[in-house]
Amino acid sequence: MTTHGSTDGSSRVDAIDRRIISAVQGGLPLVSRPYDAVAEEVGISAVELRHRLTRMHDEGIIRRIGAVPNHYALGYRANGMSVWDVDDAMVGVLGAQVGALDFVSHCYRRPRHLPAWPYNLFAMVHGRSRDELTEQLSEIERLLGKACRQHDVLFSTKILKKTGLRIAA
Amino acid sequence: MLDETDRRIVNALQGGFPVVDRPFAAVGREIGLDEQDLIERLSRMVGEGILSRFGPLFDAEAMGGGLTLAAMRVPADRFDAVADIVNEFPEVAHNYARDHDLNMWFVVATDRPERVPEVLREIERLTHIKVYDMPKEEEYFLNLRLEA
Repeated sequence: MTTHGSTDGSSRVDAIDRRIISAVQGGLPLVSRPYDAVAEEVGISAVELRHRLTRMHDEGIIRRIGAVPNHYALGYRANGMSVWDVDDAMVGVLGAQVGALDFVSHCYRRPRHLPAWPYNLFAMVHGRSRDELTEQLSEIERLLGKACRQHDVLFSTKILKKTGLRIAA
Repeated sequence: MLDETDRRIVNALQGGFPVVDRPFAAVGREIGLDEQDLIERLSRMVGEGILSRFGPLFDAEAMGGGLTLAAMRVPADRFDAVADIVNEFPEVAHNYARDHDLNMWFVVATDRPERVPEVLREIERLTHIKVYDMPKEEEYFLNLRLEA
């Protein structure tokens, strides 16, 4: 049985939170007092807005606040989804080590679909060139050692849709 | 192009932006820039696309929503038509063509977790192509910092 998110199915954001999320998910206003500007747009006090943002950050609803860089614009021209078939008994320990590598942005365990899809560990890797990426993949391969039976790397050839994760107010 | 100050900003500000009255002034004091200079540089980097945006990054699942990664094996002669069907769903946030036998990969994000399998079944019904559901089962240290 696979799940797709929180198991209790309950929403942890109320209507005011949703208005805040809707107002800031595209970015904060780049002005001296950005939270005052958002509070005015949402129709609550700046104190309440900052309190709610802090609460959502503490609860993990906000992962972080800051600059979201564009990989490609920063010179990371080789971005690949590397996928690994790792021994189930080892994947937890090794996944954490792969995820901690500085050239890996996201690292997840996902279900296999045999025989079509044997890979259970996904790591997004970012290099400034294909050569650098090849070296990065070798580093992961060395780290996984015998626990890895096979691997592959998938490059995106076209963005078919990219709207980001948007929620309605 | 990024100068040294831009790099310092990008490297210092990928998280931890404070929720205080004048956050740019507070951050500026830490990295040795005045408030207006910091705001102008961030505005320029957003405008030039060096930063996709500046602000909070939300976690759809922590909000109580559903999320998965799904893949399909789409015949080349139907690729565009199938992409249109998949992209038509507002729940499909990203969709990428990838160089693999499984050649279409998309992220489904929904308000309710139960909606994810509904969307996948609906896509299968409309395209007659199997959808491989690959929800995250475990997340390892998310390294969101990117060296500029």
